[in-house]
Amino acid sequence: MIELAIGVLLDGLVFAAVLFLIAVGLTFIYGVLRVINLAHGSLYAIGAYAATSAVGAFVAAGGHPYLTYPLLVLTAALVGVLLGPLIERLFLRPIYAREQVIQLLVTFSLFLILEDAIKLVWGVQSRYADTPYAVLGQVSVAGVSYSVYQFLLLGVALAAGLLLAALIHRTRFGKLIRAVIADREMSTALGIPVGRVYTAAFAIGTGFAALGGAFVAPTLAVSPALAVEAIVLAFAVVVIGGLGSLPGAAVGALIVGLARSTAVHLAPEVELAAIYLIMVAILVVRREGLFGEPELRRI
Amino acid sequence: MSSGGVLAAVRAGRLSSRPSWPVAILGALALGLAVAPLALPDWLTFNLHLALGKSLVVLAVALLLRAGLVSFGHGLFFAAGAYAVAFAARAGINELALQLLLAVVLATVLAALLGLVLARYRGIFFSMLSLGFSMMLYALLLKSYHLTGGTDGLRVRTPTVLGADLDREAFRAVAFYVTLAAVALGFYLAHRFASAPLGYLARAVRDNEVRVEYLGVSVRWTLYWTFVLSGALAGLSGSLTAYLIGHVVPELAYWTTSGEFVFAALLGGFGHVLGPLVGSGAFEFLRTYAFKYFAYTWQLILGLTMLATILFLPDGIWSLGHVARDLVRRWMRSSKRAA
Repeated sequence: MIELAIGVLLDGLVFAAVLFLIAVGLTFIYGVLRVINLAHGSLYAIGAYAATSAVGAFVAAGGHPYLTYPLLVLTAALVGVLLGPLIERLFLRPIYAREQVIQLLVTFSLFLILEDAIKLVWGVQSRYADTPYAVLGQVSVAGVSYSVYQFLLLGVALAAGLLLAALIHRTRFGKLIRAVIADREMSTALGIPVGRVYTAAFAIGTGFAALGGAFVAPTLAVSPALAVEAIVLAFAVVVIGGLGSLPGAAVGALIVGLARSTAVHLAPEVELAAIYLIMVAILVVRREGLFGEPELRRI
Repeated sequence: MSSGGVLAAVRAGRLSSRPSWPVAILGALALGLAVAPLALPDWLTFNLHLALGKSLVVLAVALLLRAGLVSFGHGLFFAAGAYAVAFAARAGINELALQLLLAVVLATVLAALLGLVLARYRGIFFSMLSLGFSMMLYALLLKSYHLTGGTDGLRVRTPTVLGADLDREAFRAVAFYVTLAAVALGFYLAHRFASAPLGYLARAVRDNEVRVEYLGVSVRWTLYWTFVLSGALAGLSGSLTAYLIGHVVPELAYWTTSGEFVFAALLGGFGHVLGPLVGSGAFEFLRTYAFKYFAYTWQLILGLTMLATILFLPDGIWSLGHVARDLVRRWMRSSKRAA
């Protein structure tokens, strides 16, 4: 019984950590740009693929296995810095003035484009980069063995969340972001470079998605289905927590993660349905999510 | 002012003056489509059949787009209609008409139930909630293996048509004309809906729903009935498509399937009722050709086309007709002046 409880809890937490890394970027981008990025899962997948390439090349060149961890972070940062501004400038900037609906469709077409772009660059075969995973070995918890890497994932998610919170609440740049979120027009009038804040925010969101992908990559076979599954789960997380809310993303990730691990251990056939059931239930009862703020209707 | 008075004013105004030429075009279109299977090669007929079958779900999505709602979950009704056909055959109901009826009834009931909840949502929340419902059905279809065959899906058996047993070839021909008739009926219904007070109201909701409420009209019920009609059309579309493909799979309810419907609606343009028909046709042919010649990048081509449509042709392919008409008028005017 206790093994089961610990199993559910640990699996749930690890899954929640991964979900949080994906969802936090999605919710952050929505908070600042007010755009739901349907291509966010693809950015996560690109992070994972980039990690397999980077780790593969690094290990082949004889690099020390423990140095792969900073390499994963570096890869994610690179994806964010290179791809984020490019996508924001090219695809999102022309449509900020259009309806939310159109923005959703633009990111959907971006999703379609990136799906194939990923296949073109990395092919359709599964790719592996399990060095960072294998080198840490296993640890036994209450008689069940777990890989140490899973605990590392928890740490990475926690660190990423704290880092982003500190960035928003403790720095000058965070102040600018909060000003833009509060009132875009007034921020422009005060001389805040809103366009650059948007670009930076999108790059940061992209970086977090890629970070999630990079750290997940060692634990699984990276294949083309990664993006399409990640985005709907991240959706569920941010909807449950409340769009645009960082604590919401954390709580949403915990709820979805624990719900899934409970279902996997107790009733595997309802695993997927359970997640969407929670998402729908939250939307029906409290549409702005657990931590979201209700929007006022404008005349 | 009562809502009736406002509506009368709207009807008397410019909005309701519909040119009569679409009727003639419709007739020519129907005739052209009716003789198409005789003249076209099989693979082209198949594509045409598929585009026709799916045009109804695209129309369903477009009706909601007119009201300002983007459904990322119409795969739910589409899949419900398709699975209804497969389940009906398994339960011993082999008649085509009965199966179609069952599919439409099931989809309508589902829409009537889900609409009660969904009609309260707008914008991004409507999209998310519809996506959530649709993914729930996907999960159910995927995991109830003993009932639905899981990822393998179910085979759709050839039904009897008015009691007659047909072979595969004959049934396919019949199915084409049944689809054509259903599409004609569906688009006629949608046309009547769009030019009825409810249809205008749906459009007004998109422009400004608070003002519509000030007119004393219930926005929620306007959207509710739009949603129910939309769900019924999507279910019909799913069942018609199921006969053609001969196989139903859970992916029909997956969110990307719904996304493709939205794409097709946008491609054709949802300003006019016939836009979705054009959109569905354009989408199927685009996909077929992109898949045929660029097997590894067909999604990329779809995505780029969609981007180009949004940026350069926001009212869809249908609006090209207006552009052409204006050009012709200008040309005629200038040639008159010259003469």
